Amino acid sequence: MATQVVMPKLSPTMEEGQLSRWLKKEGDKVSMGEPLAEIDTDKATMEMQALSNGVLRKILINEGDSAPLGQPIAIIGEPDEDISELLKSAQTAKSAKVDAAPAKLPESEAAPPVETASPAKDRDQVRPSIAPVSGDGQRAAEAAPGGRVLISPIAARMAADAGIDLNSLRGSGPSGRIIKRDVEEAISGRGKQTAPRLRVVTPMRTGKPVSFEPSAYRDEPLSEMRRTIARRLVTSLGPVPHFFLTTEIDMERAADLRRSLNEIDPELKVSINDVVIKVAAAALMQHPQVNASFQEKTVRYYEHADIGVAVATDNGLITPIIRSADVKSLSEIAVEARELATRARARKLKPEEYTGATFSISNLGMFGIDEFTAVINPPEGAILAIGAMSPKPVARDNQVVIRQTMRVTMSCDHRVVDGAIGAQFLQTFKKILENPLYLFV
Amino acid sequence: MAVMTMRDALNQALSEELARDENVFLMGEEVAEYQGAYKVTRGLLEKYGPKRVIDTPITELGFAGLGVGAAMAGLRPIVEFMTFNFSILATDQIINSAAKMLYMSAGQFKIPIVFRGPGGSAYQVSSQHSQALESWYAYFPGLKVVMPSTPADAKGLLKSAIRDDDPVIFIEQERMYGMKGEVPEDVDFTIPLGLGEVKREGSDATIIARSLMVPIALQAADELDKQGVSCEVIDPRTIRPLDIETIVKSVEKTNRVVIAEESHPFCSVAAEISAQITERAFDYLDAPVKRVSGADVPMPYAKNLEKLAIPGVEQLVAAVREVSYL
Amino acid sequence: MSNQTTERGGKIRDAPASGTMVEPDLANRQAGRASGAALAEPETLSEDKDTLLDIFRQMLLIRRFEEKCAESYALGKIGGFCHLYIGQEAVGVGAISAIRPDDYVLTSYREHGQAIAKGMSPDSVMAELYGKASGCSGGKGGSMHLFSSELNFLGGHAIVGGQIPLATGVAFASKYRQTDQVTLCFFGEAAVNQGAFHESLNMAQLWKLPCIYICENNQYGMGTSLERAMSVQSVAQKACAYEIASELVDGMDVLAMRHATERAAGRARKESLPTLIEARTYRYMGHSMSDPGNYRTRAEIEKYQERDPIKLFTSVLKENDVIDDGQIANFEKEIKEQVEHAVRFAEESPEPDPGELYTDVYSMPINN
Repeated sequence: MATQVVMPKLSPTMEEGQLSRWLKKEGDKVSMGEPLAEIDTDKATMEMQALSNGVLRKILINEGDSAPLGQPIAIIGEPDEDISELLKSAQTAKSAKVDAAPAKLPESEAAPPVETASPAKDRDQVRPSIAPVSGDGQRAAEAAPGGRVLISPIAARMAADAGIDLNSLRGSGPSGRIIKRDVEEAISGRGKQTAPRLRVVTPMRTGKPVSFEPSAYRDEPLSEMRRTIARRLVTSLGPVPHFFLTTEIDMERAADLRRSLNEIDPELKVSINDVVIKVAAAALMQHPQVNASFQEKTVRYYEHADIGVAVATDNGLITPIIRSADVKSLSEIAVEARELATRARARKLKPEEYTGATFSISNLGMFGIDEFTAVINPPEGAILAIGAMSPKPVARDNQVVIRQTMRVTMSCDHRVVDGAIGAQFLQTFKKILENPLYLFV
Repeated sequence: MAVMTMRDALNQALSEELARDENVFLMGEEVAEYQGAYKVTRGLLEKYGPKRVIDTPITELGFAGLGVGAAMAGLRPIVEFMTFNFSILATDQIINSAAKMLYMSAGQFKIPIVFRGPGGSAYQVSSQHSQALESWYAYFPGLKVVMPSTPADAKGLLKSAIRDDDPVIFIEQERMYGMKGEVPEDVDFTIPLGLGEVKREGSDATIIARSLMVPIALQAADELDKQGVSCEVIDPRTIRPLDIETIVKSVEKTNRVVIAEESHPFCSVAAEISAQITERAFDYLDAPVKRVSGADVPMPYAKNLEKLAIPGVEQLVAAVREVSYL
Repeated sequence: MSNQTTERGGKIRDAPASGTMVEPDLANRQAGRASGAALAEPETLSEDKDTLLDIFRQMLLIRRFEEKCAESYALGKIGGFCHLYIGQEAVGVGAISAIRPDDYVLTSYREHGQAIAKGMSPDSVMAELYGKASGCSGGKGGSMHLFSSELNFLGGHAIVGGQIPLATGVAFASKYRQTDQVTLCFFGEAAVNQGAFHESLNMAQLWKLPCIYICENNQYGMGTSLERAMSVQSVAQKACAYEIASELVDGMDVLAMRHATERAAGRARKESLPTLIEARTYRYMGHSMSDPGNYRTRAEIEKYQERDPIKLFTSVLKENDVIDDGQIANFEKEIKEQVEHAVRFAEESPEPDPGELYTDVYSMPINN
């Protein structure tokens, strides 16, 4: 049975794709799952896989051509099958805008609706356990109506008794229903909010990057003051009201740390940026108000620091994410950062690897830039711009000494982070970076 | 305590009550000389004689009405329907006479009658012989409806039903007549009507089951235990009047309910229990009340189809997992 | 008819010749019925004067009571259904006069006559019709469900034929207890077509129960004449199917009813055997107060009124110097007061307390 191959949606924001390279020729045998072509999206070059078995009968667009989502780009079928009908419809489909079947999308935080026993149909009912009255069965596929919080009665009561705001809860029941378990977890998780997460010490070199799910979070509604600030600042500074904080950091000890680690294990190749990432993550854990994003009606506070690390590629800037950097070791961060950067330049990142950071770091030090101001990646609350590290004369105990110094500039979204909050974060960041031993206490 | 089958437990109850009160008598098709179609009345004719244990012609409407009339005149009849499917012929007398006589006469004529027999499915006896009619009878104020699930329950409840001054519909289950269990031997051992029992304690989910579904629910609970879900199994024992308090207490504890029954789902007993739970325990629910009922079709003959038509352990396990969001 | 008997002594009758088919001769049957002719010679008097006067008075009381019911119903004081006994008084009074107070009576919804004949006070019956708390059923039964456990009047049943198995059971209880109480069961000829009738008579004869089945054949089941409802228009003849003793009686002759019932009661008490009595009678009013009565002619009704049971009995009593017009006038005056008192009593009685809605559902209520 011949099938059309259509331009697939390979990234969340993709609207059209450019066919970079066909990996099969007309007449080649194709099996399901085999890579068929490389497609350039707005963010990366992705492999497209075949979804059926057969022979690649016809290629409909050439390398270098673009096509919108859903447009037929090839036909797979049996070697001697008549494909004239499909060819005809492929021509007409060129103008039609059809939503392609989505490729794998990043997992949203809300759990997918629970699959229940199929709703009873009079004719094909065979299994006796079907309960026509069950609400779940009917609504499993529908999303929760806009804005409405679905919650079971017992969960609502428990949340009210514990003083938990429903908007801060994530529902794991069908259609995002908040259930007892969710409230129980929120209640027991509360106590641990202020303590930074600790992990068992792992060997320095893990070999391959550790993967984590995107960080958990809670949403808090905007206070009246914050709403006012947001409203006024937007009118004066554009969509994201930036403000900037700069500080100069004594990098002697950080540089020493890096040097010592690389001496112990030359394979590690820890960079200053890796140290910066680690320290930023630690500081974010101590200042959770900065590890946040603006969500129109709420401010979202994340549990973990998913740090986006800006990478310059030939095609532009991209920020792959180190998930839960707060619980990763320096070596893990180093390995991961390197691997991500390599893949970023090769345009081989998956969308979930560059979407959804909680905080970003941009380092232009390798270009000899002393300091700069970075633009925030919305909806993140802040971004840290790292300048070059160089020896500079500084005053210490009334004497002039030469110290490795680095200037960093933090850009903050004033709707989320106030001046004092940002400054406190930066203060902690500086403190730890100047004294990395703080990572251990 | 003695171990005996449900059949023998019922037999003992009948025998003890016949001995206790000379106004009690038993009638039905094949109850005397044939020793009972399902041998529940075995030996009673020999023990109590043809005046007390009476074979009737096949005349359900007639002998049900005769029983009600005898009750009006002060006797305490036990009327056996060979199966409750045949009681349908007698419904005019059960519903229009027995259920209403006390009310219509403003308390002058009580009807201390028991209509008993097996109801629900058997083994491949097809649609006209497999009906579960408890929700029908439970519908009528004036009737009491009882369904035992163990030999001890059967004996204690039947004795109470016979001693009760109101018409009682006592529905046994043919598939359970051979079930064995411990039964108290005291001749005054009775179980009050209108009182449910927690057959198994648990904390994560409540399964409400009656009659045939009770052993299945217990099996499902064992299976779920292995999966880390602790189930509480409740047997109401009396359908009308319903012991909703025991049920509500359990729902308050577990927050999740599955109701299992072999009857059809529409207007079933489970539908009633579900409505009552929603009315009384809404704030304790973590999930909608889930019913697992028999298939909404006349019972087929073929063995495999019949099996599909009656809820089994797998369906109950799946239902509990569903309300537990697992 | 052969003389063969079964093992257990039942007679075997010849089956009808195969192939015969009888066309219902409706025209002649209807003509025959319209004559209202007497079925037999009037009964001879064997009762004493007081008994006879008592019987007369009861019939008159019932007549006037029912007439008053018609009036009250038309005024909206009586709700629901109201089935009047006018024209059938001889059946109820005659039969019940032949039994003891400890004997039982069950009947259909057309029961005011039997209730009063059994001794229920017009006050409590009228109050029940008015739906008052002082009614014999607390206002919860109504016209179709009068009960008195004290007087052994066991209702009052609204499903056609529903009382027949019940009465059979009551008789069963008497036999079980070895008392010599008998049970009278009244029903109309249309009930004879119900399965319950056949099931009951079968058991009554099989188990030898002291039940007297009295069919008040008033020739109409609501709007359907018996020619249109019965393949065989004789009720008494149906007894042969069960080998039950039976009698066909002129239901307009109160003494004939009495004597037939005495015979049946004797049979029941001494031999514990049932009897089926068919009483040919007629109702002058419609099936109920809601019945326009379009299914019979005025002429037919008038013809039957010529043999009005009260009129007939009055003649008999006068002929035998038991009663004169003065006494009749006295009775009428007393009865008028009695009936009017009943109406006043009913009017002034309170309605049932709202709490009574939920009482007497169960004799042993279980509160959870």
